[in-house]
Amino acid sequence: MSDNESKSNLPPGRKPTRPPGAGPKMPPSRPPGARPPGPKGPPGARPPGPKGPPGARPPGPGGDGALSRADFSSDQDVRWCPGCGDYAILATVQRLMPELGVPREKLVFISGIGCSSRFPYYMNTYGMHSIHGRAPTIVTGLKTARPDLDVWMITGDGDSLSIGGNHIIHLMRRNVNMQVIMFNNQIYGLTKGQYSPTSEKGKITKSTPFGSLDHPFNPIALVLGADASFVARSMDRDPKHMKKMLKASHAYQGTGFVEVYQNCNIFNDGAFFQYTEKATKSDRAIFIEHGKPLVYAGGTKGLRLEGFHLETVDLESGEFGIDDCLVYDETSRELAGILSRVYWKEDLPQPFGIFYREERPAYDVQVREQINAVIERSGKGSLKQLLEEGDTWEVS
Amino acid sequence: MANKTVEKLPEATILFAGDSGDGMQLTGTQFTLATAYAMNDLATLPDFPAEIRAPIGTTYGVSGFQLHFGSVDIRTPGDKVDLLVSMNPAALKVNVDRVKTGGTILVNSNAFEKRNFDLANMDSNPLEDGSLDKYRVIQVELTRLTRETLKESSLNQKEIDRSKNMFALGLALWLYSRPVEPARNWISKKFAKKPDIKDANLELLKKGYHFGETTEQFVTRYEVEPAKLAPGRYRAVVGVQALAMGLVAAADKSGLEIVYGSYPITPASDILHTLSRYKHHGIATVQAEDEIAAVGVAIGASFGGALGITGTSGPGIALKGEAMGLAMITEMPLVIVNVQRGGPSTGLPTKTEQSDLMQALYGRNGDAPMPVIAASTPGDCFEVAYEACRIAVKYMTPVLLLSDGYLANGSEPWLIPDSDSLNAFDVTFADKPNHKVDGEDVFWPYLRDEKTLARPWAKPGTAGLEHRVGGLEKEDGSGNVSYDSMNHEKMTQLRFEKVKRIQQEIPATEIFGDPDGDLLIVGWGSTRGAIEAGVTRSIAAGLKVASIHLRFISPLPGDLTEVFSQFKQFLVPELNNGQLVRVLRDEYLLPFEAFNKVQGRPFGPSEIAEKVAELVG
Repeated sequence: MSDNESKSNLPPGRKPTRPPGAGPKMPPSRPPGARPPGPKGPPGARPPGPKGPPGARPPGPGGDGALSRADFSSDQDVRWCPGCGDYAILATVQRLMPELGVPREKLVFISGIGCSSRFPYYMNTYGMHSIHGRAPTIVTGLKTARPDLDVWMITGDGDSLSIGGNHIIHLMRRNVNMQVIMFNNQIYGLTKGQYSPTSEKGKITKSTPFGSLDHPFNPIALVLGADASFVARSMDRDPKHMKKMLKASHAYQGTGFVEVYQNCNIFNDGAFFQYTEKATKSDRAIFIEHGKPLVYAGGTKGLRLEGFHLETVDLESGEFGIDDCLVYDETSRELAGILSRVYWKEDLPQPFGIFYREERPAYDVQVREQINAVIERSGKGSLKQLLEEGDTWEVS
Repeated sequence: MANKTVEKLPEATILFAGDSGDGMQLTGTQFTLATAYAMNDLATLPDFPAEIRAPIGTTYGVSGFQLHFGSVDIRTPGDKVDLLVSMNPAALKVNVDRVKTGGTILVNSNAFEKRNFDLANMDSNPLEDGSLDKYRVIQVELTRLTRETLKESSLNQKEIDRSKNMFALGLALWLYSRPVEPARNWISKKFAKKPDIKDANLELLKKGYHFGETTEQFVTRYEVEPAKLAPGRYRAVVGVQALAMGLVAAADKSGLEIVYGSYPITPASDILHTLSRYKHHGIATVQAEDEIAAVGVAIGASFGGALGITGTSGPGIALKGEAMGLAMITEMPLVIVNVQRGGPSTGLPTKTEQSDLMQALYGRNGDAPMPVIAASTPGDCFEVAYEACRIAVKYMTPVLLLSDGYLANGSEPWLIPDSDSLNAFDVTFADKPNHKVDGEDVFWPYLRDEKTLARPWAKPGTAGLEHRVGGLEKEDGSGNVSYDSMNHEKMTQLRFEKVKRIQQEIPATEIFGDPDGDLLIVGWGSTRGAIEAGVTRSIAAGLKVASIHLRFISPLPGDLTEVFSQFKQFLVPELNNGQLVRVLRDEYLLPFEAFNKVQGRPFGPSEIAEKVAELVG
């Protein structure tokens, strides 16, 4: 038995799925992309106020020229639904940027299509909102031409695992030096609520009134299978952890892949609540760290490796101690494989943190090295010589 | 041996044909090189199956290489063949109809045996059944002579038999009085590290040549005098090579790095192969995971301030459609090369066709105008590639470049261009804000140049010009996302107007032939040689006819209305089922007559001349 189909098709503790618009708790339906009503800004949104061009913003803290979060907000109104998890991710990224020490003009955000992919419009950096699923191809070309740029790719579960499935795996194996933030809400938002490639089997949606039949992808296991070199998971409701993961992915020289569980409060509300909400988070989520034992539930429980499987041990009963818990090694492909398969298990907590990190030369760096090596060997090419090479003859 | 007669010919067409493993492409290429050294004008047509090694001896495994050369102006690979060199019965069966009546067929008689007749589905031996009576047949025991020549060699039987094409090459070189040195030099260089193979090939080449001199089967030897080409330095180029060099020239003159994203596809793969060797010329290549990724890579590179280029054939263009639309609405410089092949779907991968014109013009969702530029000869691929890059950057637009299988693999003597005489290729990147909003300096990515309507190109890394582009409709000027209906209409018209402004770049249309004629032939792409040779023949026959050849199909040249007003009748020959003809009828409301050929092979001059005679003869 493996993965989430082992016990039940539905993760434990999850609310039964309601067709969008069917339940009394659904907010009035509004086309995605429409402006949120009212003056109240959604969580994480910039406070409303007069919007001016970039130069008009107040200088950063201390007035020493350092950039602040506000310097990374574009003058465009954020148009996600109120209460969307996307706001928290945007706010976290905008807070992180000043800490990276990267000049704003060197930052580029590239996205595909979907709710999450509107992201670049809200960042006051260079950016491109491209086409569905193809952001990995754009970033590969951009980094091939400009390895000096700091490139972030914004994508969703549908964008990168469904229509763009062929590109995400090749981005991973190439190991282009950039960061991927994959917003996973386990649903199609912008097309209004069809099941996604990460939706649990049996999901009732507009396109699957009798339940979906597709076995879902496990994104972490998928990218590990494509030989991703930096793999992490975080959640929208824990901005501190998210920021730490994003920062680590940025420090990594290669493709830093971060999956972020993101609540779609319109079409898939509460999909991750067991892992993200205070009442259950401690017991249902485990935060893994390199070199540290796998413990959770406030240190009262741990994970022990038994053969190839992890099992929960009670650290309060006296039978097991902290030394029985697996000490995590993020450089171990084998452990990453085991941890990645702890996915929607009833008897195990869902892991968050850095699953895997491998030092491997980045594609764009190697492209430049190869070009430089050829130039060193054959000299800079001359057009005239090229045109006249080979067998030529003179006609007088 | 001494009393061979020498006959002088103005031109000749020969065709080497055999199994795809017989080395016919190599034999043809080497004969071409010798012909270039003999200073003849020439045109070639390689013709090979889609299968790499189809079963030996079958008709679907037949590979051919046709070469037309002469002391006169050579515009096509030739209508009918003067000499067919046939290595087996299947090659004879496939190609015999292309030999002119009274022409010569040289066969490897050792291959004409029961087993090979069965493989080629032939009921009888054509050398005996009288079916070749209208040709002059020369039987040479190529297999036996090759084995005899190499009986001391250390090569095994299979290797020896595979070398018989060198004997045939030597014989053909003798027959047409070509120099042997180019082939000798090539063999010596190619097999420098394999002395056994080198020695065997050199020996066979020599023996083949001597065989011509000694055998009594040949009483006549031919000479073709040098052609009167314009003075200068020449080399033989195939279209793919010329196209790749045109891209290098664009990188060189513009100072832009080129990033070429491509996914292997026949017959465009050779562009990738060629460019991947040009890293020291400022070209980076990415072999992408699929066609969509290939164009995405190019778009990403262009966003970064390099020039993104992607190359493919028709099926690949179908996959790139959405991304081409993205490049169009983001107004990004991009060149998309389509080396057309027979379609639809997988179609005829190794055969030539011009059937992707409509796809080039209209093959995207929405109103998505795009410049379309087509090469007309193998050498012209150089200029067209350079122009496509220059226009893409100057007008900030994707440009679709059409080549085809015939141009890509065909060769001609090419007057090496002076790299200093190419059109200037200046690139200006935005470096400061270009607009004021409420007294503040801002950068508007969609503020246009008045003359070209191009938007500014701002490279990431330029402080103060941070901006976002994307596939959603843009507000005129600011480039912000806009769903405003009137803005959408305005932007749609601006995008059409921008493409139309490229007419400024198109020189006056040149009329070939008789400008006072009644009939005007309108062509595009690789049919140029056949059309102009056909016009020349028709004029020689006393007919009043002229032709024009379009390099730009979008936008069409601005002077065409005036040109058309001088003629009454119009003929549009195309290697498709009628595509340019519909565009012209739509645009000019004149009686353009279609003349179509969809056989995977180019037009010959005689087909054009016959059609002209039918219309105005």
